[in-house]
This record gives sequence, C-alpha cells and structure tokens, in this order.
Amino acid sequence: MNIYINGTGCISPQNTAQGGPLLAAPREYEQVRLATVDPDYKQWIDVKQIRRMSRVVKMGVAAANLSLETAGITLPDAIITGTAYGCLDDTGVFLTKMVNQQEEMLTPTAFIQSTHNTVAGQIALLLGCNGYNNTFVHRGFSFENALLDAIMILKEGTAKHILAGGMDEITNYSHQVLSRFGIYKKAPVKTMELLNSPDTGTIAGEGAAFFALGVTSAPGTAATLTGVSTLYKPLWEGEVIGHIMKFLEDHHCTPADIDLLVTGRNGDIDQDEMYEEVAAALFPDHAEASFKHLCGEYPTAAAFGLWMANAIIAEQAVPEAAVFYGHAPKKINRILLYNHHQGTHHSFVLLTAC
Amino acid sequence: MADLKAQIIEQLNLHEVAPESIGDDQPLFSKEGLGLDSIDALELIVLLQQHYNIRIANPEEGPKIFQSVRTMAEYITANQTIKA
Amino acid sequence: MSEKVWIAGGGVISGIGLDVPACIKSFRDMQPGMAAMQYLPSVHRNTFPVAEVKADNATLADMARMPENISRTALLSMIAAREAWQSSGLDDISHYRVGFVSGNTVGGMDKTEDFFGDFLANPRGGRLHQVAHHECGSITELVADMLGIRHHVSTISTACSSGANALMYGARLIRNNIVDVVIAGGTDSLTRFTLNGFNTLMILDQQPCRPFDDTRTGLNLGEGAGYVVLVSDSLAAQLQPWCRLSGFANANDAYHQTASSPDGTGNYLAMKGALDMSGVQPQQVGYINLHGTGTQNNDVSEGIAINKLFAPHFPAMSSTKSFTGHTLGASGGIEAVFSALAIKEGIIYPNARFEHQMKELPFSPATAFSTGHDLQHVMSNSFGFGGNCSSLVFSKA
Repeated sequence: MNIYINGTGCISPQNTAQGGPLLAAPREYEQVRLATVDPDYKQWIDVKQIRRMSRVVKMGVAAANLSLETAGITLPDAIITGTAYGCLDDTGVFLTKMVNQQEEMLTPTAFIQSTHNTVAGQIALLLGCNGYNNTFVHRGFSFENALLDAIMILKEGTAKHILAGGMDEITNYSHQVLSRFGIYKKAPVKTMELLNSPDTGTIAGEGAAFFALGVTSAPGTAATLTGVSTLYKPLWEGEVIGHIMKFLEDHHCTPADIDLLVTGRNGDIDQDEMYEEVAAALFPDHAEASFKHLCGEYPTAAAFGLWMANAIIAEQAVPEAAVFYGHAPKKINRILLYNHHQGTHHSFVLLTAC
Repeated sequence: MADLKAQIIEQLNLHEVAPESIGDDQPLFSKEGLGLDSIDALELIVLLQQHYNIRIANPEEGPKIFQSVRTMAEYITANQTIKA
Repeated sequence: MSEKVWIAGGGVISGIGLDVPACIKSFRDMQPGMAAMQYLPSVHRNTFPVAEVKADNATLADMARMPENISRTALLSMIAAREAWQSSGLDDISHYRVGFVSGNTVGGMDKTEDFFGDFLANPRGGRLHQVAHHECGSITELVADMLGIRHHVSTISTACSSGANALMYGARLIRNNIVDVVIAGGTDSLTRFTLNGFNTLMILDQQPCRPFDDTRTGLNLGEGAGYVVLVSDSLAAQLQPWCRLSGFANANDAYHQTASSPDGTGNYLAMKGALDMSGVQPQQVGYINLHGTGTQNNDVSEGIAINKLFAPHFPAMSSTKSFTGHTLGASGGIEAVFSALAIKEGIIYPNARFEHQMKELPFSPATAFSTGHDLQHVMSNSFGFGGNCSSLVFSKA
C-alpha cells in the first residue's frame, strides 16, 4: 500500500509560505537565532480567533491550511501533530504571572493555550474536524512519531486522508535557558557557512511543516512516504549504520537505490561527525543535501527536512542553497532523510518519486 | 464607561476594536455584538477583581453582569468598595 | 494487522495507594484520597483539596531507585511502570522488543516552576538541572533509560486523554510488528502551574468533588501514574493476561477549546468508535469507568452521550476520580488499569459522595464497591481540553 504526500505547507525562516520554486531566493542570516518569516496569518484565521493565538499556533494552523490547500482537501480524517516544546510562549506568560503575582488574579487564556495539544485542537476546531486527533511530544521524535501514527492508521484503513505535522517555536525565555546549556554558537555565524564551521554549537531555529497524507494520490503529488523509522540512543555509529541497512532492506532497497541523501547537519562539529561516518560507510559517492543552515536546529526540524525533500522530488532538482556535497543524478527517484537531534534521537524517512 | 471599554479591549486582546466602536448597550456575548465566549467571561471576572476589587465567586453570574458595557458599569457602581 | 493485543499486567500509584492492591483496598474501604495539600507548596493550600500521592519526593525516590532531585512526574512514572512490568509475568525486559509510551501534561514543570522565580530575577539565575527535564518527553526517557527500554519510546500529550491515547498508539505498534510489548499509560504530578490554571477556569471544587451528582460544582486535582503492559497475541499465549484491549477510538469534539459540546458529540463518537472496533454491542458492556470529572459541563455532556449510545440498557458505571481526583495525563492510564482489573476480578468500583440524581439523566452511578461480577466488556472514557475524546474497550477474551 502506498502513502502519498498530496500536499505540504511550511512556515520557516525561509520564504516557504508563499509557494514558487524551492529556495529561489534563500535568506541568509548572521545570527544564532532564526525566526520564521511570518505570512499574513489573517488569510487563514479570523480576527476573533487569532487574538488568542501565540506564534506557534498561528504557524501550525497556517502550515496545516497550506498543505490541505495544495492537496485539495477541506476535511482530513485525522489530525496528528508533533511538538517537543509545545506552546512555550503561553507557558512562559502564565508562569511569569504566577510567580510575579504570587498565584493571584491569573487569567485563563494563557493557561488554556499552553497545553501541548493546542495546535491540533485549534486546527480541528477551525476545520470542524471530529476525526482522530493526537499530539506527540517526544523531543527529537515528536514529528516522526506523528508520521508513524499516521502511517499505521492509514494502513489500518480507518482513515483515507491524514494531516500530520511538526512545529516548535523559540521564545526569549526558551532561548535564554537553552543557550545556558551551551548548545548554540558563542558568536553569530553566516548561515551559508554554518555547515563548514570548525567548532561546536549550532544555531536555534523554529517553524512548522505539515503534510496531507493519503492512500490515493492527488494531481500534483510527487512522492510517496515509503517509510519512517527511529533509533533511540545508539551505542555507536555502527548501530546507526546497521539500522539504516535494515531500514532500507525492509523497504526493498539498498544504498545504491538512494539518489540523494538529505541530512540534518547543524554545524556542530561533534554532532556532524555521525553524518560523516554514515555517509562514508554507506553513501561515499552520493550527493548530499542539508537543511538546518536554512531553518536552524530544533527538535522537529526534520519536518522542514521532509518538506524540502518532497519539493526536491517534485522539482527534480536540488537548489544550490541546499547542496552539501556532489551532484544529484538527473532522475531523483529515492531520497533518504537522515536526521539526529543532539546525538540521542536518530530518525530516517524514505521518500520515493511517483 | 470609556475607561471600562479600554480595559475590556486590553484584557481580551481585542486590539482590532476601537473603544468608541463598542456601544454602551451593545451585547458583548451574542454574535451580533462582540461575540465573546466563556473564556472571555472568565477574563472579565479577573478584570473586575484587578481594577475594581470586586470578586465574583460563581462564574454563572457572569452572563447577567456582562450583558453590555452598561450592565457591567452598573454592577461596578453597585458593588465597588475600594477603587484599586 | 488484525493481531489481538492483550493486557498482561498493570501498575498504579495514586492518591489512594502506592500500588494496585493499596488502591483496591481504598475503594473497598470507601477511603477517597482528597485532603489539604501536604507536599505541594501553594498559596491555595487551604482552599482546594487535592488527591496527592501520600509520600514525599525522598520516599518516592527510594521506591523508584532514582535520584531525589528529579521531577516527581518521573518518580511516579517509574514506580507504576515497574509495578506494571512485574505484574505481567514477563521476565527480563532485555529479552523482548519493548516500547514505552507514556502520556503526561506537565513534564518536569514541578521543577521548572521552582526555577522560574530565580530565573525571572536574573537570566543567569536558577539551577539548570531544575529545567534539564522540563520537556514531557524527557520524563519518559528518564524512566525508559532506567527500565532499559530502547526499541521505541514515545510521549503523548493530549491533555486529560493523554494516557488513553498512549494505549492506542502502543496497541498499533504491536499490531504493526514494531515491538512485541508496550508499557503504556500516563503520569502527572501536581504542580502550581496546573492548580492555578484550573483555578482560572473556576472549575475547582473547594469540597471533595461529586461526579455525576446534581449538586456537583467542579473537580479536585490529583496526581499519580498508571500503566498497563500490552502484549502481542503470541506472547499472551505464554502468560495469563488480565484481558484484551479489544477496541479504542479517539475523536475530536471540535466545539470549544476547553468546554464539551452540550450533546457530547466527541464523547459519543469516541465511545461508538471503540465499540465498533471491538465488535461489541452497547448492551454487552458491563461497566463504564467514566471520565466523570465533577464539572457541570463534563458530566452532563458525557451523560447525554452515554444516554444516546446505551439507552435503554445502562451498564454499571462510576467515576473513580471521586477517589483519585483528576490526575490529568495519568488518568487514562490509571483508569485503564482499574478497568482491566475490573474484568479480571469482576469489580465494580464505587462513585463516592453521590447523593442527588442528575435531572438530565435517566441513570446514576454505582455507589458501593462490589466484586464477583461476570464482566465480559468494560469501557473507559478519557476526555480532554482541545476537544480530545478517547474511549477504550477491554474484553475478557
């Protein structure tokens, strides 16, 4: 059974909301914190509802709408989201007031909007969708678990069209705290030079990407979502390599069948080592594209990676800004997306042109 | 009542609405009025507490008090003890 | 794909007991867990009764064999997950392909809210280890690492239905041959964040809550964790499973962010979907573990949906939240264990403090603990903010 990617939508630090050729005018930054390029959200959400929504809710709703529009679907059978951090902004607002006002005279709006299922719930509310609705909040697996849940339900036959997506936002508080953990570069770097950076640390990013998945294809469909797999805390690189071999085998292919490797390199020399090892062992001559210099590092960044990989298949070309190594063949039939988040959460998505 | 309108707009994040565009007797909760909902009612209860030191213990009193800006103002005048 | 999924065991820690036998004893003795706050520091300490787990973090850490300074959410999770595994009859965890799927809503918020005061005063203030496990997923990993589970770890957060959705995802992982065993359920500790949040909604009762009573005025928060051990058909053949997870469904009310629709659309769809999957007729259900929070809105919506689906044959039903309080992300897991055990032991749980018939409904909850029932099918409901409605059906065979 094939599962088709019938529509996609993406809000990111690149101009991804407006359509047009992939990364035709890439945005280059020189900072350690990238913010989304926000479209006018009022085109999808009316004024009465938008007044309560934080950025992550708006970007999630917008990306969801974009993906449904391209798929030509008004009402999916299920909505499944992944978010590691959830609604950080409203969480911060409520916590701050709770501390400053000593638990007195608090208001409900920020609390209600702070729950991790706010985006999935808001999409259901706006679409009037009574179907299955779920939210995964498992760090670097949040988005991948949402995809896997969607695949399992589509295979079960209880749904024909599923909206699945991943999103995370940065707030001032979250950035201050995460910076103290030492995961970002100490000084601003040019994003187009990030992946050749000689030291540790990466740049922070945010965004939302949604996918309208279906068991039948739509007129503009370019790829099938062939498989998704996760690997938690591998003991060494050999385990990652073995996992990829098994994953490809489960889907009846070998490294030779992969036309393009898309990796989650983030410019941290220690973390990128794993991609080097995997490429050297399994894909030494393969073309490789990367995406975190475009969207920044965040736990659901693989959603941006998948959005980009699908667009590459649709356009049958790798945009200059995304190339990390080599030249992709003329016909890009299969893409393996390999991402890891902080070395603990490794994920693999296989896309096939259709 | 102008102050109260500004406070309502601030509390409910209704920045698209001009204070003078809210009629004194315009219904706050019906679709023809401002179209507020039950979450807004809870926000307005906190507004009364913060700005007028009036505590409403039972949220079911909300709909009666929050019919319009005028009914809110009347309730405040009748119940206000100390202006915060 | 059509492989059956069984419940091989379960574990619970809650305001009425530190393990399953202690919880059952509290039901039998009609001893609900609500009291004034003993462990959560809050200005509302004497205003709102809560059902706390009756142990401080040092005691819980000892039981969990984990460090005392980690989130209470993880400590509770570890204790219940280990009890669940030990009750299943499975041997060393490393012998199986195991998944851990846990729901929670607060993550490490109990530590984050302690951190935040110092942090607001100074961006370099507050000890970082207090926020190291803030994320919901981090709580799951602390426990998975301790148990030695690596094949599949996942966390679900759909407000009050998180734990129930964890069972659904876990069952699908088994049916799709990704793992053979899943510890599935949920955990949540009490925090000032949730207590104050529910207080802003004005749905906390200042008295012990009265679910499905006409005079009900709100819910009491609780805390705890509950997990079942889901196993594949082939593993179940080597064990004495409690019962089978025969049906489940998740629907969205799509009505309001926090309130249920007056006719309980989402509730009805979830219950109907779960029955359809199990192939069970409404009149075959012997007991319903209600969501039954005790708020005006929930109980009337849930009741109306039950009326629509079950009339005129109403099964026995009760809200065990009248004992445990509303444990949010844990409730679906805790109540799944109670429901599975209801089948195994023939138990109907009591609904404490029920006195006044709801005028909207033609049925009322069970008020006494009783055993010896031949329950073939039991339903468990979990409904949450964001319109998330989930229903599970457990069957004897």
